[in-house]
Amino acid sequence: MAKEKKTVLVTKQEWLSDDICSMWLKAGSMVSQIRPGQFISVYSCDGSRLLPRPISICQTDKEKEELRIVYRLVGQGTREFSACKPGDSIEILGPLGNGFPQIPPDRTVLLMGGGIGIPPMLELAKSLGCGKTAVLGYRDKLFLNHEFEPCCRVFVATEDGSAGTKGNVLDAVRENGLQADVIMACGPAPMLRAIKLYAQENHIECYLSLEEKMACGIGACLACVCQTKEVDHHSNVHNARICKDGPVFRAEEVEL
Amino acid sequence: MNTKVTIAGVELKNPVMTASGTFGSGQEYGEFVDLNLLGAVVTKGVSNIPWPGNPTPRIAETYGGMINAIGLQNPGIDVFIKRDIPYLKQYDTKIIVNVCGKTAQDYVDVVQRLGDQPVDLLEINISCPNVKEGGIAFGQDPKAVEAITKEVKRHARQPVIMKLSPNVTDITATAKAAEAGGADAISLINTLTGMKIDINRRTFAVANKTGGLSGPAIKPVAVRMVYQTAQAVKLPVIGMGGIMTAEDAIEFILAGATAVSVGTANFRNPYATAEIARGIQAYMESQGVDDICQLIGAVR
Ligand SMILES: Cc1cc2nc3c(=O)[nH]c(=O)nc-3n(C[C@H](O)[C@H](O)[C@H](O)COP(=O)(O)OP(=O)(O)OC[C@H]3O[C@@H](n4cnc5c(N)ncnc54)[C@H](O)[C@@H]3O)c2cc1C
Ligand SMILES: Cc1cc2nc3c(=O)[nH]c(=O)nc-3n(C[C@H](O)[C@H](O)[C@H](O)COP(=O)(O)O)c2cc1C
Ligand code: FES
Repeated sequence: MAKEKKTVLVTKQEWLSDDICSMWLKAGSMVSQIRPGQFISVYSCDGSRLLPRPISICQTDKEKEELRIVYRLVGQGTREFSACKPGDSIEILGPLGNGFPQIPPDRTVLLMGGGIGIPPMLELAKSLGCGKTAVLGYRDKLFLNHEFEPCCRVFVATEDGSAGTKGNVLDAVRENGLQADVIMACGPAPMLRAIKLYAQENHIECYLSLEEKMACGIGACLACVCQTKEVDHHSNVHNARICKDGPVFRAEEVEL
Repeated sequence: MNTKVTIAGVELKNPVMTASGTFGSGQEYGEFVDLNLLGAVVTKGVSNIPWPGNPTPRIAETYGGMINAIGLQNPGIDVFIKRDIPYLKQYDTKIIVNVCGKTAQDYVDVVQRLGDQPVDLLEINISCPNVKEGGIAFGQDPKAVEAITKEVKRHARQPVIMKLSPNVTDITATAKAAEAGGADAISLINTLTGMKIDINRRTFAVANKTGGLSGPAIKPVAVRMVYQTAQAVKLPVIGMGGIMTAEDAIEFILAGATAVSVGTANFRNPYATAEIARGIQAYMESQGVDDICQLIGAVR
């Protein structure tokens, strides 16, 4: 089934920390086709904020046809979303992007999320049918970590050392001697760069979810490109579209 | 009711087309709108060889608009002819290929390659603010506009639309120059050069520093320039700049546009083009207008 833009109902909204919100949306039939790692575009109802905000899908409830987003308040757009109450409606476009691949049951995966890169890793953790361990990196306050616990082992790292390993996700990996056949990660660019290097050095298959400013969200405007190692099939230059060809890429395919 | 309009002998089923660079070659938005409902699809600018475009970030939102500095990334004419034209040929809509280049010869190369292709019209972009050479350099000086128009016309098999820049003091001077050079139609406006500064990062919001402003924020400027151009030349004018709704499109038509292009609106509403085509028809019905041509330039 194809992508669609529609008006949907907010069914739940709650604060997870000072500046992080969780919202459930009654998205209807699109929910059944969502793969972990995909995202939606969320629109402001104020026409002066023209462009959609790309937000990862954090969780789905296929029975209720609902999806969940967890987002940080950054500017006016996300501030507006945080004021939505159950029963309010909001416009979304999705599902967008390609998502993470499925991994055979005999292999093990390290799921690494940093900051606002953590939300998409939750749906992924719930859907993977193989051995999996989550490593979650925070500045200080934790969020979502308990929700990973029913489906995998969870390690946390905080920059201020207030919980888990003091440092970043890779420090937690080293401190706990964690190993796996595959790494899947989402987070800020410096973290992804370090993970790419780590995976390369340790010969681990690695998938990264990237971010860039977007306008169309569907691959038409060429705003959201990242540099690729090889000539990309669509662009015929060393650029792939994060919204359409990503946001998830094999680490060795992209230059970060 | 008649919604058909004619541009340089090419009949469009309605006046709604896409604005170059906002709609790719139609594949992506084809998932949302039936391209058969559009008067024409105008493709992303294509050059003789592949262009990588500018570094990211390439866009930034501004109040009621956006700034872009994509830098005319495109796969080059070979891939375009092999992949994009056959895709568009499946639909009953006109194909307008937007052409970009760094030198006059670059434009001529592309125009010649398109000579035997099933393309209805060529739109020559001499107004892109985001590339160092070519682009806007051709579009700001009336003498250069006339010269490049003549050169392209000498080699073009299809009728030629010259796409003008709003970044000039007198739009009628460049419009008349395009007419003198033999253009078959004029389209405007391309984006207005703008800048946004990110005060948190204390740097430019787009990597190119400057970019092109588009969207509803520029519409009044665009309507004014379309009006002035329509008064100044005999050529058909294709109007664009901030069209979000059918009402916006009708403003341009009343100001003198024979057809309109919808750009930034697609990012806000992927169904925009088809909705605007339908909305124009609804307006005609409600106003008792039975031929769209009665609306073109009706406000003087
Ligand atoms: C594929 C993808 C998935 C994302 N998933 C999440 C998520 O699950 N949770 C979350 O909190 N955030 C996520 N983001 C980041 C989120 O899109 C931005 O934080 C949000 O757009 C900010 O909007 P604003 O109006 O509050 O901020 P403003 O800064 O006012 O926004 C201004 C403009 O910049 C754009 N923008 C600002 N920051 C970013 C950014 N980091 N990435 C892309 N565009 C940006 C906005 O979309 C808007 O067009 C994701 C980004 C991408 C590309
Ligand atoms: C992302 C983006 C890419 C564009 N690329 C091109 C292009 O390749 N060639 C061109 O002639 N105009 C290009 N334009 C300009 C548009 O075709 C149009 O002239 C302008 O955006 C004004 O219309 P709008 O406000 O409806 O978007 C681009 C505009 C945007 C926003
Ligand atoms: S946002 Fe338009 S191509 Fe990705």
